[in-house]
Amino acid sequence: MLDNLTNRLAQVVKTLRGQARLTEDNIADMLREVRMALLEADVALPVVKDLMVRIKEKALGQEVVGSLTPGQALVGVVQQELALIMGGSQASLNFATQPPAIILMAGLQGAGKTTTVGKLAKYLKEKQRKKVLTVSCDVYRPAAIAQLQAVSAQAGAEFFPSSADQKPVDIALAAIDYAKRHYLDVLLVDTAGRITIDEQMMDEIRQLHAAIKPIETLFVVDAMLGQDAVNTARAFNEALPLTGVVLTKLDGDSRGGAALSVRHVTGAPIKFTGVGEKLGGLDEFHPERMASRILGMGDILSLVEEARAAVDEKAALDLAEKLRKGKGFDLNDFKEQMGQMRKMGGLSGLMDKMPAQFAQAAAQMQPGAPEKAMARVEGIINSMTPAERSNPDLIKAARKRRIAAGAGVQVQEVNRLLNQFEQMQKMMKQFSKGGIGKLMRGLGGLKGMKGMMPGG
Amino acid sequence: MFSFFKKSETPAETVATPVEAPKASWLSRLKAGLARTSSSLGSVFSLRKIDEELLEDLEATLLMADCGVEATQTLLAELRRRWKHDKLETGEQLRAALAEHLVKLLTPLQQPLVIDGHKPYIIMLSGVNGAGKTTSIGKLARHFQSQGKSVLLAAGDTFRAAAREQLVEWGNRNNVSVIAQDGGDPAAVAFDAISAAKARGIDVVMVDTAGRLPTQLHLMEEIAKVRRVIQKAEPSGPHEVLLVLDGNVGQNALAQLKAFDKAVGITGLIITKLDGTAKGGVIAAIARTHPKPLRFIGVGEGIEDLQPFMATEYVDALLATGNTGAAEAV
Repeated sequence: MLDNLTNRLAQVVKTLRGQARLTEDNIADMLREVRMALLEADVALPVVKDLMVRIKEKALGQEVVGSLTPGQALVGVVQQELALIMGGSQASLNFATQPPAIILMAGLQGAGKTTTVGKLAKYLKEKQRKKVLTVSCDVYRPAAIAQLQAVSAQAGAEFFPSSADQKPVDIALAAIDYAKRHYLDVLLVDTAGRITIDEQMMDEIRQLHAAIKPIETLFVVDAMLGQDAVNTARAFNEALPLTGVVLTKLDGDSRGGAALSVRHVTGAPIKFTGVGEKLGGLDEFHPERMASRILGMGDILSLVEEARAAVDEKAALDLAEKLRKGKGFDLNDFKEQMGQMRKMGGLSGLMDKMPAQFAQAAAQMQPGAPEKAMARVEGIINSMTPAERSNPDLIKAARKRRIAAGAGVQVQEVNRLLNQFEQMQKMMKQFSKGGIGKLMRGLGGLKGMKGMMPGG
Repeated sequence: MFSFFKKSETPAETVATPVEAPKASWLSRLKAGLARTSSSLGSVFSLRKIDEELLEDLEATLLMADCGVEATQTLLAELRRRWKHDKLETGEQLRAALAEHLVKLLTPLQQPLVIDGHKPYIIMLSGVNGAGKTTSIGKLARHFQSQGKSVLLAAGDTFRAAAREQLVEWGNRNNVSVIAQDGGDPAAVAFDAISAAKARGIDVVMVDTAGRLPTQLHLMEEIAKVRRVIQKAEPSGPHEVLLVLDGNVGQNALAQLKAFDKAVGITGLIITKLDGTAKGGVIAAIARTHPKPLRFIGVGEGIEDLQPFMATEYVDALLATGNTGAAEAV
């Protein structure tokens, strides 16, 4: 895939060396790189063109030209600009109406509407303490109604039954009636997926919208969408007054340029992002992170959050305390770290969120290999006695032979593990002294992540 | 997904029609489906003389069709060379040259699926969430039935709510047996289905799987296991491993193809939802960087709209060089 935009720009800058300053002429190459990066990230061309005008204006401004590292400065400008477009009014859902607050979902086939309804129901119920009713107006796809029923049950929301021989408008009106009589706060209306050129179906949802007058009309869009995101978003926006966007399948490895296109065309804020099929996977939208992702700069912040969610807080605090003291990081901690890494979706899952430089270094390893290597390392550590784990210096030749035999590996592998552990220990010491900056440099010294895992 | 059922009358009528009639209408449907692209390409190619501006417009059009930066640049470089070398003058000539290159690029993908040599012939489907796997299985089942083959489906999507019901209900409507289990392991469902097919002397077994994103490593391992278990049930199988791609998806389609190929060894592709407004230029990107036989493309909701891929037909429809006039009519 695409290399890091920063790297590519750095290369362009190299060719510019010797020229005293950036001018309109020689900045063109850099802007071209930016353009390509955006296109590869599936940002729609009209949006890219628009953006390039704005970026160029800024790029010629003092902050880039005067900078010692124009490449980085330019990336900064681009990132800011992207975040600006996608962000702005970071809006939450609007409930300022007489209950029930009706939320209508619309989108293409397979965008993830029904799953999102389930996630939203769970979110509203648990985070906002709302009483939620769901109803499906998808009378076309077999078992679509059953799917919503199952999802609603999982989310703990009430489900209003409908059947495939009813009209969508009738179903929705009956559901509203039910919600009013039972004093429910929110009604989530799921609809069938439709393509924008199908006038009949677009008409149907227009009528549905007119009949139920929802306070929120959410456009559910797949983050993997390509160039056509603009047309789709425009068509839906013309048919319905969209009040917000839900970006789904963000856990994939697409760059998600569609987010930018959709926002640009509809002007509707991106209110939520969906990850995974579990009903907990609904997050708020963070424009800066999305901008980094589109530019292939990784999503460190989400990584940190994910880590926070997966990691046992007490264990983390203990470790932090150990680190602060600058010693005491032993093989037990090492093992625990690996367990936690696995909880977060394995090393490969981590790598996806890393900036491209790291990801590239990691790509040299075989996919899946890190997991295997990790299992091996765990096996080796499990073959040590508790005393050995907390004091690895004990381990000399005879113990090594015993450990190797116990784990079913060669003695060399035990040696390698101990070496790596030592390096890691050093790194941890640096961390406690010099903070994250030094840690990163330490990582660089290890030739990316390669040195960290044996047999990679 | 599956909204083609809203026109539940249409499939019935087409199944009855002999092979000849749909042929022409298929082409027109393909054109209709791709009308947006072809009209925008058409406007580029009007009677203008070739100049840098025209080429730039063409670049934009190709990019917007999701061809991807690399495939677009290759095509353009080639066109530029032809322009100078063959002294092309009009836009029309340029269009012919582009068509020629596209056909050359896409022809290697044109390998229809031949159900032959094995009984049961085991087809496994894979893809990301919402690509249209279950829908495609339905359409394929009808396709094979119309060729007089018996079909058995394995509801291997044991994860998504009501995915099993979707397939079972579809099977009931269309007289196709569906093997399903309550919850459990997709690989076990596949194994059962293959054993059942052997016992009943079924011609084609199609194994559905749950949608998964390539980043979900454990799920990618699960699907690799499904494949291994199929192999256990039938050592020669699976005879075809299809990846279903959503035609609306952008450059991520390539990443999907690579990941699934690594996990289960993709032998063919289905590209769905090409009828929306998307253009499926990603086919060109695939042909350029990771060629795999493109077995079927879907350009509509009707059952007859899932059809074998033909490079020249597709390019004709895309660039509207054919003279059927159907594209203009739409």
